[in-house]
Amino acid sequence: MDVTAHAFKSNVKAALKDMQLQRALSGLPTGLVAQRTAAKAKLPEFEALRDVGRDIKDHTLAHLDLYLEAWEKKATAAGAKVHWAPTAADAREIVAGICREANARLVTKGKSMVSEEIALNAHLEAQGLEVVETDLGEYLVQIRHETPSHIIAPAIHLTEAQIEADFRRQHTHLPKDRPLDEPVQIVSEARDILREKFIKADVGITGANFLIAETGSSIIVTNEGNGDLTQSLAKVHVVVTSIDKVVPTLEDAATLLRLLARSATGQEFSVYTTFSTGPRRPEDADGPEQYHVVVLDNGRSALLDTPFREVLRCIRCGACMNHCPVYGAVGGHAYGWVYPGPIGAVLNPALIGLDEASHLPNASTFCGRCESVCPMKIPLPGLMREWRRQEFASGAGSAVGRSALKAWSYLARRPRLYHLATRLGIATLSALGRTRGAFRSLPLAGGWTRHRDLAAPQGRTFQQLWAEHKQGVPR
Amino acid sequence: MSDSAAALRRDKVLGAIRSRLGQSDGRSRTAASRIAGQAPHLVPERSRRDAAGLKELFATQLRAGNATVVAVASEADLPAAVAAYLRGQNLPLAMRAGNDTWLRAIDWSREPALSIAEGPAVPDDEVGLTHAVAAVAETGTLVLASGPANPVTVTFLPETSIIVVRAADLVGPYEAAFDLIRQRYGRGTMPRTLNLVSGPSRTADVGGRLVTGAHGPRRLCVMVVG
Repeated sequence: MDVTAHAFKSNVKAALKDMQLQRALSGLPTGLVAQRTAAKAKLPEFEALRDVGRDIKDHTLAHLDLYLEAWEKKATAAGAKVHWAPTAADAREIVAGICREANARLVTKGKSMVSEEIALNAHLEAQGLEVVETDLGEYLVQIRHETPSHIIAPAIHLTEAQIEADFRRQHTHLPKDRPLDEPVQIVSEARDILREKFIKADVGITGANFLIAETGSSIIVTNEGNGDLTQSLAKVHVVVTSIDKVVPTLEDAATLLRLLARSATGQEFSVYTTFSTGPRRPEDADGPEQYHVVVLDNGRSALLDTPFREVLRCIRCGACMNHCPVYGAVGGHAYGWVYPGPIGAVLNPALIGLDEASHLPNASTFCGRCESVCPMKIPLPGLMREWRRQEFASGAGSAVGRSALKAWSYLARRPRLYHLATRLGIATLSALGRTRGAFRSLPLAGGWTRHRDLAAPQGRTFQQLWAEHKQGVPR
Repeated sequence: MSDSAAALRRDKVLGAIRSRLGQSDGRSRTAASRIAGQAPHLVPERSRRDAAGLKELFATQLRAGNATVVAVASEADLPAAVAAYLRGQNLPLAMRAGNDTWLRAIDWSREPALSIAEGPAVPDDEVGLTHAVAAVAETGTLVLASGPANPVTVTFLPETSIIVVRAADLVGPYEAAFDLIRQRYGRGTMPRTLNLVSGPSRTADVGGRLVTGAHGPRRLCVMVVG
């Protein structure tokens, strides 16, 4: 997909003024956030399971080459064809090659963020293939020529009215006066249209939530059942996934699955969790004749000996973005690349470069909600801070910003000087603002005062008040 | 693309990982022994119950996911229960099923109006009948193994899915169901697909509102026998 992460600031301005987007995003707190809270409350072991989940992934990452090889051996023994892809371009070409060999014309797809990462649809379409997304949210996004704005709810930025209008525009062979104002009518229409695609498809592409070394399986988790129809009805099933998805055993998968659905949608368990191992067996009555797994690196392995290794624990539940005040205000497209929200702010600079994505780790209040809900306990604010540190160390940023940071760092490391400077500053502002009690404008604070007044300080610093409080001086 | 190019790409990915991780002693042994026998991690207390408790938890969880749950006393009562459910839903009494030995051993002629077509599902099939190898009470989840006995299309294509499970195959947590699969197929071996099903198909992609019947079955009826 096109990268617009460098334009984050103008993306944000547009998003804040987009009333349809703001209406669509307003449902987050009572939707996914509240549902997760309720699901967590029903499972007393939830917090303890987060520790176990983190440990499983840490162990796996420390032995990643070995578990990938073990998985490959079992998968191959079951008849899978395993393809390794160092880069996105490799992965795209491998999938295109499989489609060519199958003489494919129609490709159906289940939801896969890795396929978004490698911009697979555009590549296959350029080769003359028809590519149809079958997850309803992905289909809604595809017919608008957009990209997903959320990793598990791709069309979360759309209102029902927009979706109805899109369906009327897209499905012109259906009666114009058909009722489409209820979600159930939209879903039924999509079901009929996509059913035909499932049946006619030559190749079905899915992602994988996990790979299991013990059995050589890939796992997909869905609620719609579209992934299962995608992978069962086509002659060829292609799994597009990445090196960080492997876990050692079924027991490890069980623990991570307990965390995944609850963190993502607040369900106790997703409706369909499917383990696929190899193509159809000689005695089988259905299922694909070929089963390919494309395993992408695309910069992940380079994180293994850096502080960003922890981000490879991510199981793509989306909880961090659901709980993020920045994501909640601007939605996913503003982030300008595949992964939005706090996980994107940490992962995107690693995958597309800090130059391109430097705004993203800076777009955080460090409120810490993302880390507190992350089922894999990824220290997202700390890793964003690490990107900021690296950005500063590389000499990036404006001269004014860098000087201000340098001055701040000089002061912050000299407590006496810091106290003196803040006392003087506060006293000055207090004297200047005494008449009105607030400032309408102030040099260097334009970002604040353009939108609201800045209250004038009362004369003493917090440190002074605190010291007096401890000595029992009445205020 | 040639095989040698593929081999190069494999070396590149695995080589990059190895060089970043370093190769300390004992890593291979650690990984191999974990794969050979990982004990369950923390298993939620909620599924530590007797048989009756498991049955109750299983049904409660499935109903919360919008499935219908019917308790059937014995195999002999299954045809009548299936026919009653289909009549109650105004559905045809024609079903699709695989060649599952246990399902075939049931005397379906007790309900002469019922018919079962054998084989994988076709798009026109309205009702699919499958036999789950196990069921997990923890979250009300059925475990289906694909094969000629229960083709995967029978579970996903028809609008109505009837899944039958024996009460004896009901377990508490997922880990216990995986052990049953290992007993049946051997450790490290799986059927082509193992499907964990916890309700009828659903979506919330339109305005965040929940709708059942997305691409898979609109209705799920689970019959617990015994």
